[in-house]
Amino acid sequence: MANDYEMVIGLEVHSELSTKTKIFCSCSTEFGGEPNTHTCPICMAMPGTLPVLNEKVVEYAVKAGLATNCEISKDSKNDRKNYFYPDTPRAYQISQFDKPLCEHGYIEIEDDKGNPKKIGITRIHIEDDAGKLNHNEFGGGSLVDLNRAGVPLIEIVSEPDLRSSGEVDRYLKKLKSILEYIEVSDCKMQEGSFRADVNVSVRKRGAAKFGTRTEMKNMSSFKAITRAIEYEADRQIGVIEDGGKIEQETLRWDDVSGRTFSMRDKEDAQDYRYFPEPDLVAIRLSEEYIENIKKNLPEMPESRRERYINDFKLSEKDAKLLTASKYLSNMFEAAERLCGNAKSVANWLLSDISRILNEKELEPDGIPFKAEHLAKLVELIDKGTISSAIGKKVVEELFENPKNPEEIIKEKGWIQISDESAIKEVVEKVIAANPQSVVDYKAGKDRAIGFLVGQAMKETKGKANPQMLNKMFIEELKK
Amino acid sequence: MANVSKEELLHIAKLANLNIKEEELDNYLSNLQDILNFANVVSNANTEGLDETIGENDRVNVFRKDEIKVFEDNKALLMNAKEQDRNMFKIPKVIQ
Amino acid sequence: MDITNLTVHELQEKIKNKELSILDITKAYVERINEKEKEVKAFVTTTCDEAIEKAKKIEEKVESGELNSDFAGIPIGIKDNMCTKGVRTTCSSKMLENFVAPYNATVVEKLNDEGIISLGKLNMDEFAMGASTEYSYFKKTCNPWNLNAVPGGSSGGSAAAVAANLVPWALGSDTGGSIRQPASFCGVVGLKPTYGLVSRYGLVAFASSLDQIGPITKDVRDAAMLLNIIAGHDEKDTTSYDNPKKDYTKALKNDVKGLKIGIPKEYFGEGINEEVKKKLQEAIQIYKKLGAEVEEFSLDIAEYALATYYIIACAEASSNLGRFDGIRYGYRTENFSNLRELYRNSRSEGFGPEVKRRIILGTYVLSSGYYDAYYKKAQQVRTLVKKEFDKAFEKYDVLLTPTSPTVAFEIGTRSENPLEMYLADICTVSVNIAGLPGISVPCGVNSHNMPIGMQLIGNKFEEEKILNAAYTFEQEYKFRDKYKPTFSK
Repeated sequence: MANDYEMVIGLEVHSELSTKTKIFCSCSTEFGGEPNTHTCPICMAMPGTLPVLNEKVVEYAVKAGLATNCEISKDSKNDRKNYFYPDTPRAYQISQFDKPLCEHGYIEIEDDKGNPKKIGITRIHIEDDAGKLNHNEFGGGSLVDLNRAGVPLIEIVSEPDLRSSGEVDRYLKKLKSILEYIEVSDCKMQEGSFRADVNVSVRKRGAAKFGTRTEMKNMSSFKAITRAIEYEADRQIGVIEDGGKIEQETLRWDDVSGRTFSMRDKEDAQDYRYFPEPDLVAIRLSEEYIENIKKNLPEMPESRRERYINDFKLSEKDAKLLTASKYLSNMFEAAERLCGNAKSVANWLLSDISRILNEKELEPDGIPFKAEHLAKLVELIDKGTISSAIGKKVVEELFENPKNPEEIIKEKGWIQISDESAIKEVVEKVIAANPQSVVDYKAGKDRAIGFLVGQAMKETKGKANPQMLNKMFIEELKK
Repeated sequence: MANVSKEELLHIAKLANLNIKEEELDNYLSNLQDILNFANVVSNANTEGLDETIGENDRVNVFRKDEIKVFEDNKALLMNAKEQDRNMFKIPKVIQ
Repeated sequence: MDITNLTVHELQEKIKNKELSILDITKAYVERINEKEKEVKAFVTTTCDEAIEKAKKIEEKVESGELNSDFAGIPIGIKDNMCTKGVRTTCSSKMLENFVAPYNATVVEKLNDEGIISLGKLNMDEFAMGASTEYSYFKKTCNPWNLNAVPGGSSGGSAAAVAANLVPWALGSDTGGSIRQPASFCGVVGLKPTYGLVSRYGLVAFASSLDQIGPITKDVRDAAMLLNIIAGHDEKDTTSYDNPKKDYTKALKNDVKGLKIGIPKEYFGEGINEEVKKKLQEAIQIYKKLGAEVEEFSLDIAEYALATYYIIACAEASSNLGRFDGIRYGYRTENFSNLRELYRNSRSEGFGPEVKRRIILGTYVLSSGYYDAYYKKAQQVRTLVKKEFDKAFEKYDVLLTPTSPTVAFEIGTRSENPLEMYLADICTVSVNIAGLPGISVPCGVNSHNMPIGMQLIGNKFEEEKILNAAYTFEQEYKFRDKYKPTFSK
């Protein structure tokens, strides 16, 4: 990115709410299911049917608003957004136009230099999700499945306050973690239940006016969003530098080729003709209703972070990383309660477990084993039953075959060797095989001990007790 | 007073997903213009300070409990479709 | 005894006294339909065979004590925009020619619960858009008082069927006058209830904030009884009110002494046919004679209300009718190679010209650049209309106007000019705009023996007042004893 330009990014995040039923009918919101089995005359938009708003949808949206510092509107309503598309069977989406449930909020993130920065939330409103169009691999054409039609969504619209792909990444992760914390959305990105429309423009640094923006719709991977923003900003700068003009349009990001493509054909004649939904009545929330939800909001990441630093003496960095995901944070707390070693539990979660998640491209809720398993692992190490080195192998194994680590080490024969005579045998063997290290040590090079311990660990496939090895090598070499 | 042009009428027809044939254009245009001219009397009404009536109802906060009810007659939901395939509605190919 | 000439409360008596059996009644109506339907053409779909079968079953259920209802075995006709499981619901449109709803409208469920037997689905203007039933895709219904005249609309099939004794009573729907105006044209009683009194669930929507289902009957008592059955809260319709249940027949006191009747003078101006005016004046005299306090006043909102009505109704319709796209149900064109053509051609071939005209108008008034001038302004004028009515009801119990400026006109004489057709709704639409109840009762015939209707308008949820006022007039005037449809040409 050319240094004299800056990006201006605004996001519209759609997050499916984790209610049991759809927003306007009593069908299940469960993901998957045979096509069109989670449907009824209402979500299929049969003639004569009417919507009835799910009370949980209002409650969840208000929760999301409170958790993002929004003002909750006391006078709200639903509006129709009219457009034809086969995934929208009524030919209108029931959304909110000029009176959203929540407005004027913000989320705090860090900018690229690590300083705190508030990202404004313009509004949060409720609306229904669309159905799914499936490609028909046999008969040609497309096939419409309306299981998802009517699943409740909140749309969280940010101010154009974001200035880099890094900020966007942190904003999205923070937002996702908030929604998970307050338990209004599963935010399962792979199921499309947390997705973003990304508006990007560029301008010369210091310019007062925004540039023309382009929009990339329905993006549901953090990596793709970062790449797409970087690509699109560079593309726009290129166009401007070549004397061209940016056209306001909707683009499609292609993750394979790493490019954006124009979708102009879908754009023609967009005029949504919003008007108040006459089939639904106004939403007027009382002070008590809002206060009651506020009182019952669960503990938010910031407060947990403080607690981790004060009570568990974790570093600020570790506390932040753990609380970024409610799932991770919950697992940490559960395992800590069982084994009492907060530092060690945090270490395992943030080092080996996070590394494996990363390799497997999984979110924390993809951890296949339980907090009890992690606690047991820490206990086994603390008691000296296994070494940390074996611990790493146990974690790998837990991902493949989640069960009690005690069983794993028994089956694999990984129990640590702490028997003095056995250790002595190995020490003697390693000293005999590495005369040079003995010479080095005697010449004052303490590091040689480390090398020898390493060799002994190798010899025992990591099972020897490293403290005992260390002690015994020193004793032997001092002889 | 709005004077509707042919282009505007065609744009509106496109939004509404209706075809207007060349020979129908004038008729549609004059009907629409007549009715709009008539509808324009609303602009004479003194509505200063008046709220909009939204819906025809004074009720507020009518919600439903979040409880699943399965619609049993799934077959009847698809039986009116001209073309279906594996319990889905078939349409011409759409590139998403 | 001509069974089909009896009112429902008369039929109930005969069943009670064992003079008639449930099966006798249904059979009599089936015979009458076989005889007269070809002249009147009131039905889109008759279900005579099913009705006979159902009558037998209901007879058994009543005998076994399984069913206990005052209405068991009473036949009915249903306007063809209310969903009926197993019987097609067409809205008199090519679009829904073969559509069979997977569910019953709430009102239909209520009829079923009482053991009421449907004789079929009644003709209407396509999607309830019209005032003559000439815009039906299937057929033009004829007025039993003059087969060359229209029955009014959009519930023309319902009103004609009741007038012709093809059904003892019927359900209609009223968005801008669609129950009251055809009732007036056909010399029967039509009641449009307060918005929110009757569930709209299963009524194929024309204009959601205006639509309301109501009875079309031979007399006022029948109207009160049918309202008893269909009124009430429905959790499937959030705009339906949760009021305590009432027995509307209790309001029929045959006494209007001290009743304050307001006569809005603007509804008696030019544009109202002289013979209509004359009959209304006679009716006013009768009310005075019966002890009502009648007073003229000014309610200068009719034109505003009509303009507002066409803006709001068409806007809502343009959105409500978007779902007819040829994918899940309804007409699908043969002629398409992509999605856009599927949409446009299905809709253009499936909808009739009046429906398309209103969709275009509705789309226009909602489109960007025009929303504020038309739709938003109309919503404000709507508030104005309501306020004017509020003022009137501070002084009066009921308001009295003609139902229609004219009697039934000849088939084919108006349908070419949409605006002229719209002006025919001038007396009725303001009631829908304000969400009020209104009833039309016959108050005489003109020199050609064509019925004239009087409209009584009440305040919200004051159906009892207009029912009693209508009933008291009816008892005094005895329209049904004096005049009969002639089926003349």
